[in-house]
Amino acid sequence: MILQERADVFARLQTDILRLQGFRMSGQVTADLGLGPIREAFPNGIFPTGAVHEFLSARPENTAASAGFIAGLLSSLMENNGTALWISSSRALFPPALKTFGLAPDRFIFIDLQKEKDVIWAMDEALKCGAITAVIGEVNKISFTESRRLQLAVEKSNVTGFILRHQLQNINTTACVSRWRITALPSVVMDDLPGIGFPQWRVELMRMRNGKTGVWDVQWREGRFIHAPLVRMEEEQSKQTG
Amino acid sequence: MACRFVSIWFRHLSTDWFTLRQHAAANQMVNAKSLKELPFVLRTPSHGRMVITATNDAAEKKGIHKGMVLADARAILPDVQVMDDKPDLIDKLLKRLAEWCIRFTPVVAVDPPDGLLLDVSGCTHLWGGDQQYADAITRKLNERGYDVRVAMADTVGTAWGLARFGKRQLIAGIHSHLEPLLQLPPEALRVEAETVERLHKLGLRQVRQFITIPRTSLRRRFGPHLLMQLDKALGQELEILKPVQPIEPYEERLPCLEPIVTAAGIEIALQQLLETMCLRLQREQKGLRSAVFKCYRIDGKIQQVDIGTNRPSHHVRHLFRLLAMKIATIEPGLGIELFVLQAPKTETHMATQEKMWSDSGGLEDMRLSELIDRLASRVGTTSIHRYLPDEHYWPERSIKQATTLHEKPTTTWRSDKPRPLQLLKRPEPIEVTAPIPDYPPMLFRYRGKIHKIVKADGPERIEQEWWIQQGQHRDYYRVEDDEGQRYWLFRLGHYHDKVFRWYVHGYFG
Repeated sequence: MILQERADVFARLQTDILRLQGFRMSGQVTADLGLGPIREAFPNGIFPTGAVHEFLSARPENTAASAGFIAGLLSSLMENNGTALWISSSRALFPPALKTFGLAPDRFIFIDLQKEKDVIWAMDEALKCGAITAVIGEVNKISFTESRRLQLAVEKSNVTGFILRHQLQNINTTACVSRWRITALPSVVMDDLPGIGFPQWRVELMRMRNGKTGVWDVQWREGRFIHAPLVRMEEEQSKQTG
Repeated sequence: MACRFVSIWFRHLSTDWFTLRQHAAANQMVNAKSLKELPFVLRTPSHGRMVITATNDAAEKKGIHKGMVLADARAILPDVQVMDDKPDLIDKLLKRLAEWCIRFTPVVAVDPPDGLLLDVSGCTHLWGGDQQYADAITRKLNERGYDVRVAMADTVGTAWGLARFGKRQLIAGIHSHLEPLLQLPPEALRVEAETVERLHKLGLRQVRQFITIPRTSLRRRFGPHLLMQLDKALGQELEILKPVQPIEPYEERLPCLEPIVTAAGIEIALQQLLETMCLRLQREQKGLRSAVFKCYRIDGKIQQVDIGTNRPSHHVRHLFRLLAMKIATIEPGLGIELFVLQAPKTETHMATQEKMWSDSGGLEDMRLSELIDRLASRVGTTSIHRYLPDEHYWPERSIKQATTLHEKPTTTWRSDKPRPLQLLKRPEPIEVTAPIPDYPPMLFRYRGKIHKIVKADGPERIEQEWWIQQGQHRDYYRVEDDEGQRYWLFRLGHYHDKVFRWYVHGYFG
């Protein structure tokens, strides 16, 4: 009884702290996204929509893994008749593959631009438009000011933005709420069957505003995320980041 | 509303043009005497002799007229200036002048051989009245160097006659074109020369003398053409002008009192035009798919910007933003005196009921198509793609581009065979060690790095579609290397063939 009360008090205090830190709940109540234990890293345990997330991927193999993880997230985000814009100057995404992640590829609009500057501009315009669910932008580098503009745009429209960064020589700070790195892990084979099994990724959450960081192994199986046993317990130590 | 027409008669069209051209050239030659003062004619060969086709004012005063043989003219005036006529000059000149006259009214028709006809119904009040309107046309054409007579009346026929044969007052009042018409000679009715000659022979030198003659008698003596032309001049028969530029059904015009040179001024004009046009479109339940914004400069040049939309729209703010992005490309020069907004392409646009909750409308959402319009106007429509499934197994052909935002797929997206998330634009060659024919490779070298294959699936053979393209088939393998990265490889051709190559074509997620 006392424990229950204590837990309630802690929960209330935690939400108070978040509020004092300037964290605002996005108006939309989001689905679980099937992220399981990763949710514990998010403020209030909810994946922040209406925010810009940054994914680091230096090599095309990593880009494919990141795109796979984003597609997994989008499959829940876009459930409700949503649309997404994929803005890039070097797109290699093959639309039919999105079907594997339960997405309708014809609900994606691809904007293939020549100049890097136009990508940022187009993302800024798109993130202001409340009619779309998500905007994915592939860029080489992004300055703090540019990322701040994007973050301000989504706070009004509640669109979720994803930035895929390809050039990692000097990773500057950005105004994005989170920074992720997704790498491919050997696929999971069931019952020693030959061939390739379900895709598996190592998901590193390197930064999360008002949340925690962590490393998880995630599989994509039968249209949802499945969590492998946590690998590095020591890294899961909660680190409060500003 | 009463119809009003203006007829412009260029008295010396082609000689005026030659004079103007000489003026332009005379800037270099100081001592050249102007053609304006000299008697000056144009000639063309006809039936083995030189015939005068056009004269200027000075030559006309000396008694030289059109159709005269050049030798006769030389007898009258030995130092007459002569130049060769250009055969298609008149048509070109009239067309150009007609286009220039669009600033006065949208309906301008060419009236060969030496005139223009303008439908000015409802235009003259913008210049402060009929007289001022006609004066403005005369003054502007005189400034350009053309000798013109401008007449206005309720019918085309009367205006035409007044311009050429009117004595004092060239502007007939509203509903009172009969009085001036009665004083005109029969030539003013645009009838054949024989009929005119016969009328003169009978002593009928003015319209008033034969207009009261019974129609049956007139038809018997002079044929039906005279009656028809008389009816046209009286307004009993409708005369339709063929505009030199077809009028856009949706067009708004904004003449300016003073020339506009600033971007802010152009924006205000654009806003006003859009508001009136969108109000009209909304009333008629239409939306525009493309719009052209034209700026007529005072030096006669036209600057224009155009936009297109993905979906019919009559949303002022959205259209303004689209057009405003291109205002910077307009060069105002010395100033813009007329703004015209046209909607060449419109479609039915039913008003949708507004929703109280702001839910995403998916691809049908108006906000999405407006966003795409904005992006397209900056980066071009060619960089915006949406894909639909196509019934081909060949990976590059398995998708096709959708033409519109709301086009539905005709077939379902296939998901029975795995396809990579990243597909390379063109397959890249790799070096491979494969143990047994038709087995997946053991390792491959790609971009200088050796990948050891741990797991593999395949092959999936995809044949060329011979009715589209000839070539070797592809055997696709899905492989995973020791780092857990998954690739899509294929071998082009049979293993037993002399020539076969391995390629990497994509990465799996």
